[in-house]
Amino acid sequence: MKKSTIAVMLTAALAAASLAGCGGGSDAPATQAAATTAAEAGAEKEEQAEDAADAADAPEQAADGELIKVGIINNDPNESGYRTANDADLKKMFCEENGYEASFAYSLKNDEQITAAQKFIQDEVDYLLLSAADTSGWDSVLKDAQDAGIGVILFDRTIDASEDLYLASIVSDMAKEGETAVTWLAGQNLDSYNIIHLQGVMGSAAQQGRTGALDEKVAAEDSWTLVTQQTAEWNSEKAQQIVQSVIDSGTEFNVIYAENDDMAKGAVAALDKANISHGVGKDVIIMGFDCNKWALQELLDQNWNYDGQCNPFQAAYIDEVIKKVQKGESITEKTIIMDEKGFDASTITADDVENYGI
Amino acid sequence: MTKKKMVFASRQIFIPIAALLLLALFNLAVDPSFFKITLGRNSAGDPVLTGYLMTILDYGSEVAILAIGMTLVTAACGGQDISVGAAVAIAGSVILRVLVGIGGDGTLQAPIIVGFLAACVVAMLFGAFNGVLVAIFNIQPMVATLILYTAGRSIAAWINNNELPIVTDKTFTYFGGFIPGIPIPTPFFLAVICIAITLLALRFTTLGLYTQAVGINASSSRLNGLNPVFIKWLSFVILGLCVAVVGLIKTSRLSTINYSVIAKDIEMDAILAVALGGNVLSGGKFNIMASIVGAYVIQFLTTTLYKFNVSSDALPAYKAVVVILLVVLSAPAIKDKLMGMVKKQKGVG
Repeated sequence: MKKSTIAVMLTAALAAASLAGCGGGSDAPATQAAATTAAEAGAEKEEQAEDAADAADAPEQAADGELIKVGIINNDPNESGYRTANDADLKKMFCEENGYEASFAYSLKNDEQITAAQKFIQDEVDYLLLSAADTSGWDSVLKDAQDAGIGVILFDRTIDASEDLYLASIVSDMAKEGETAVTWLAGQNLDSYNIIHLQGVMGSAAQQGRTGALDEKVAAEDSWTLVTQQTAEWNSEKAQQIVQSVIDSGTEFNVIYAENDDMAKGAVAALDKANISHGVGKDVIIMGFDCNKWALQELLDQNWNYDGQCNPFQAAYIDEVIKKVQKGESITEKTIIMDEKGFDASTITADDVENYGI
Repeated sequence: MTKKKMVFASRQIFIPIAALLLLALFNLAVDPSFFKITLGRNSAGDPVLTGYLMTILDYGSEVAILAIGMTLVTAACGGQDISVGAAVAIAGSVILRVLVGIGGDGTLQAPIIVGFLAACVVAMLFGAFNGVLVAIFNIQPMVATLILYTAGRSIAAWINNNELPIVTDKTFTYFGGFIPGIPIPTPFFLAVICIAITLLALRFTTLGLYTQAVGINASSSRLNGLNPVFIKWLSFVILGLCVAVVGLIKTSRLSTINYSVIAKDIEMDAILAVALGGNVLSGGKFNIMASIVGAYVIQFLTTTLYKFNVSSDALPAYKAVVVILLVVLSAPAIKDKLMGMVKKQKGVG
């Protein structure tokens, strides 16, 4: 008896499910149609928007007392000291006191970031601030944002998308960071360069920029060789294992080019274990990026040789862009490159550690 | 083949040892310098042994310690805990919170043992949480631990207010490095201690028998007067203890922590160690020693791949091949066939 009741219920549930399925099926073309019209409308709107570009956000301006809604998509703040400083900087700037209502979304994965962007578009934010995990795959979602009249501002990382899709891009020039570092290294005038190259997560802008300069130099010079070139994915533990493996193999090396401070730290831990001296005037040159406070301290203590800055404080630049747009001014420079330095252990001062450490 | 050898071949520990020998032979054939161990001094001037084998002992020990707890969880609950990596982050964060504190200058605020004990308590609490979900609410272990897997690293970051404390005290580096005067990496000793305690517990208490009974059939073991809920719960608490030890090693290695990447994917290695040890992943019979050998085999594989400059983001693919081989070889159909072939050959010979 009981069994049959259950069976009946199950059948009913199945029927309902299949009905729902049908519903979904017939719904699909409808949504598609809607999407097409929306896209057409979007195109029209775009034209209008261009006309109105100068007078653009007039209504927003009128509602002066209202908070500007921003959706911020960033990488996981725990990823590194750089990101922690970056996130803290953004949180400090985009608060109610400064006239912003900010929502944050964090992920190290591109697809999750895109989902977050879609959510922000649905929430009708005024501006979408984006530090993309990966350079590709953003075209369609940024198009959606544009159609919805949302201003997109990229910070920290560039993407492979048409410039028309965003208002401005506030970035570090990673390639330049790499060049500065490689130029510095070339200036050390070593007889031969045997380099352990620890790369960041493959495909990220920081990795590509910092790797590019080194790869070019190694290809160009006979005396430059890569002992190993491996991704340690910004991870100090992996870096330690990779360097450990090179030490175990007995291969000679005299430079560690780590694309961030954490990996340099892991590499140094492996060197310390094997009693390989490192730092100013020692056997192995240690190079890192990001200028964490503790890393600059290592430079000051002469344990490392070089640290390239990657400026995490973009919030002020972003704020400036938003203020300009709100006033109806146009943005002339799409790409805003931040000032960045490279620190040399022989010239660094305690003040530098305080001022530039993150 | 003598009868004794046959018995050995059918025993569980045969699988990981065979894998270990295979890897060792491969390295011996390709480059015998793989086995070279040199006695040198580290930068503090203390004698240390270095070489690939030492690296394997060093890093394999982390997985070996986790494999102990993971084997018990697998045996009792018939499922795996996928949150150990996140739990290691929490344990490590607790250690640093107690030792340095928020906004500290790196000097020790408390004895290291206090930090470790605090981490043990916290890790066991999180283990107990997983245990309650699995044992009392009967949630699939993998689903139950998915909660902590997702939230754990954020909890770890929250414990230290998102800061990255750095310990400057030299004694703290001993646990993931070397104790002055002893040339063998400390993680190996920690692993030996953990293994010894576990083996003693299995020998002198009924833990092993009860775990196995619950894993094979929870209801019949309950009818026989055991308490399956408690046994399942206990296995998660023990795993929590293992997690705390690994948290200490991991944070000690670099004297700091990176919440999002510390012990990343280590749960997969631990589960693979259990599988490599020939343990039944659906619960029941288990062999802790086999899992531990399995753990070192995984590190052997990792180190070998690093030696050959295999890109580190390709490592999981190689591990996947091992998993596939294992699963296929341990499938009953294949196993029977292989055993049949061995017997047949013996008959002919």
